[in-house]
Amino acid sequence: MRTGNPPAAGARGRRLYDFPGGVHPEGHKAVSTGRPIAAMPLLPRYVVALRQHIGEPARAVVQIGERVLRGQLIGRPEGYVSVGVHAPTSGRVVAVEPRPVPHPSGLMDLCVVIDADGEDRAVDLAPLDWHRMDPSALRNRLREMGLAGLGGAVFPSFIKLNPGAKRQIPILILNGAECEPWITCDDMLMRERASEILLGAHVMRHMLGAEQVLVGIEDNKPEALACMAEAAAGSDVEVVGVPTVYPGGGGKQLTYTLTGRKTPSKGLTTDVGVQVFNVGTAYSLYRAVYLGEPLVSRVVTVTGHVGSPRNLEVRLGSPISDVIRAAGGELPGATGEVIGGPMMGFDLHDTSAPITKAVNCVLVRNAEHFPPKPAPMPCIRCGECARACPAALQPYELYWYARHRDFGKTQSYSLFDCIECGCCSYVCPSHIPLVDYYRFAKSEIWAREREKQAADLARERHEFRIFRLEREKREKAEKLAKKASERMDSGAVATDDPEAARKKALLAAAIEKAKQAKAGIRPKNVDDLPADKQREIAAIEARRQQLASTAEPSDTRSPTPDS
Amino acid sequence: MTGSPHIIAQHTSVRSVMLKVLAALIPGTLAHAWYFGPGVWVSLLLCTFFAYTFEALALAMRNQPLKPFLGDGSVLVTAWLLALSLPTLAPWWLYAVGMLFAVLVAKHLYGGLGQNLFNPAMVGYAALIVSFPAYMTQWPAPMDLASHTPDLLEALDLVFAGQGAVSPDAYTAATPLDTLRTQVRAGGDAAAIMLEPVFGHLGARGQEMVALMYLLGGLLLLNYRVIGWHIPTAYLGAVVLTATGLHLLDAGRHADPLFHLMAGGTMLGAFFILTDPVSASATPRGKLIYAGLAGCITVVIRAFGGYPDGVAFSVLLMNMAVPFIDAHTQPKVFGQVGRDRDRP
Repeated sequence: MRTGNPPAAGARGRRLYDFPGGVHPEGHKAVSTGRPIAAMPLLPRYVVALRQHIGEPARAVVQIGERVLRGQLIGRPEGYVSVGVHAPTSGRVVAVEPRPVPHPSGLMDLCVVIDADGEDRAVDLAPLDWHRMDPSALRNRLREMGLAGLGGAVFPSFIKLNPGAKRQIPILILNGAECEPWITCDDMLMRERASEILLGAHVMRHMLGAEQVLVGIEDNKPEALACMAEAAAGSDVEVVGVPTVYPGGGGKQLTYTLTGRKTPSKGLTTDVGVQVFNVGTAYSLYRAVYLGEPLVSRVVTVTGHVGSPRNLEVRLGSPISDVIRAAGGELPGATGEVIGGPMMGFDLHDTSAPITKAVNCVLVRNAEHFPPKPAPMPCIRCGECARACPAALQPYELYWYARHRDFGKTQSYSLFDCIECGCCSYVCPSHIPLVDYYRFAKSEIWAREREKQAADLARERHEFRIFRLEREKREKAEKLAKKASERMDSGAVATDDPEAARKKALLAAAIEKAKQAKAGIRPKNVDDLPADKQREIAAIEARRQQLASTAEPSDTRSPTPDS
Repeated sequence: MTGSPHIIAQHTSVRSVMLKVLAALIPGTLAHAWYFGPGVWVSLLLCTFFAYTFEALALAMRNQPLKPFLGDGSVLVTAWLLALSLPTLAPWWLYAVGMLFAVLVAKHLYGGLGQNLFNPAMVGYAALIVSFPAYMTQWPAPMDLASHTPDLLEALDLVFAGQGAVSPDAYTAATPLDTLRTQVRAGGDAAAIMLEPVFGHLGARGQEMVALMYLLGGLLLLNYRVIGWHIPTAYLGAVVLTATGLHLLDAGRHADPLFHLMAGGTMLGAFFILTDPVSASATPRGKLIYAGLAGCITVVIRAFGGYPDGVAFSVLLMNMAVPFIDAHTQPKVFGQVGRDRDRP
């Protein structure tokens, strides 16, 4: 079995490396390779999703009723991580509205609905002078032309084609491994359009400044290997057969198999000087550069329980129900559709959803190949999952902690190194849907992160508000105090303000009174008294004077008789 | 509805794992019956009966579905392992008490399948050897050394009706481990003691063939990837190393390593008991530590402890250490640099 990293002998004697884990599910590849790739006939209506790539969705730039041509930009890239979306044929925009899209959530997303006019007229397509173009201008052009990775991740290609200021990308890998069972779109593309793929790779190499181009193809595709090797003959592009083991086509896995370079956890293959592109992406780059054609179609495998399983060149926006019909339609006993392969694909909720750049396979299930999963049993810690894990994780531990919602522990057991390839669930003798537990844990952690960020923001805002209020109060007090002292000091303020002058006079009087009080003269309410009262008071005062002069100097009111 | 993957490997289930383990026990069980008489069938049947009785009772009390859990085969493995660890021809209630501790205490009190910290069969064995040491040392003699070996009917009679008609002395004998221990402590020389017929060719008459059959079954399990190489290799390696060390220090008191491999429960422990995934360490390095220390402890208990065999107690002691070992032996994740991770 696959343990450790003993090198295996590859084609042309290239030393290959054995990544940890992996499984060997039945391939079912021959089912859909019997017929050549055929172009889908023109459909009456296309539903073009504006979010077909990772990142920000494109922004619609067409109005309802507007006439469009094939290749015309209908969605402009919005933000950095975004690419353009184009009309797949000529016709009229009839709606820009949320429609069902192929997404695991089953949610609807904004789409441009185009009624084809049947003429399929294109915008003026001009090849790009890629050799002489400024690299940045070329990348911008590819961004607008909608190029995104067709292996399934649909990451904008122009970003991956930017080597960056400091980074060296000496190795370009074309990924033709296609390790998922049932899927054969890359296989057929390599068999039929090998030289075009290599032309695309040539442009990629130029843009990255890569010294070496490797094409990794699993050895269960001898025809594709032969075609690519033939097309590469005479060049220094190296076509390498790699062992057939799922998930050998994962970017990090293929990089390790071919170069022995381990992509750091949480890092990218570019961290070890390798950039990986799917062969389909290289082909679409060829079409963009050499034909000037934006990304408006891709090869899709339609297989499983259908009349004539095959690969079709499908315009983006074709409803999946039409695509299934073009492959002979679903046979009786079909039990649903999977978008992508059986290991990482997801269930389709609505067959009216369109083909997008991410859809490499429509797999119609039946009970024979996709029997209902048995009821899960308790984990017996057999460790099969750990032996199958290509990331060398301990899935049973992750399961244990995810199940008990100990998300901190799942992170310390490197939950986020999990690529959700499904090997652990595949081998589990207890039939536990392990990957579902990891998805659950990841989404809980993300939700908590968001909550925490929101709470942090709220707390910061609150703290700042308190600070601001206090600062304002303090500033106000300071300003008032300053103003008051200014008024007290400068007469100038008083003269031009009669109210202030009156207040000042009052204040001065009060101060004078206070001074008198301090000097021992006790002001009394003696004005306007009747004469008899005044006389009485005078008599009392006279007696008090007399007493004071005869008494001992111990009066509390005048401790110092001298003063 | 569950997400991807949409397919699972065919023919893998808890049940198929357990059935493979049982199949691998067959050669050893046959050898046992061949060398020690048909009594083993009686103890196997009794243990199986009590295992299912207690399992069903526990599942009913815990409101668990009977069908999937009675059908998973795990309790059958526990029953067989305990039956093969206990002396045959003991009274029926001894097997009942053993299974009670194994199934009710060790398994279901801890939460059932997959939750037990300790190996259930070894908990049953330990409970019996501390409670009924006299019965636990009355092992039937190998057939070619015994003056009389009870046939199946006599065996049933002995187990259910008690030891009335036949004297135990006629069919039981001290095991090689017991003989060596008692005589060495009485001042005998190990090499001389081991010339007695009960020590056979490789260390233990009859038992050595049973041990070799367990080894064969274990290699089958390895071949079919039901178990990995780490635990048996580390365990047997540690038994040999420890026994060799003691033998070199004092050959007069300590037997040679071959004897330790062939006598008692060494082989059963190495391939069938320590490898119980639920109670064993699950990381590669952890397995080496877990089984290696168990091997040392086995020989140390045999040489210095109060019990003739040390397999059960070494397994239970190391079961206890598994959570700690696993937490500190997590392998490096693909692409992580530096030292192996250390767990809090």
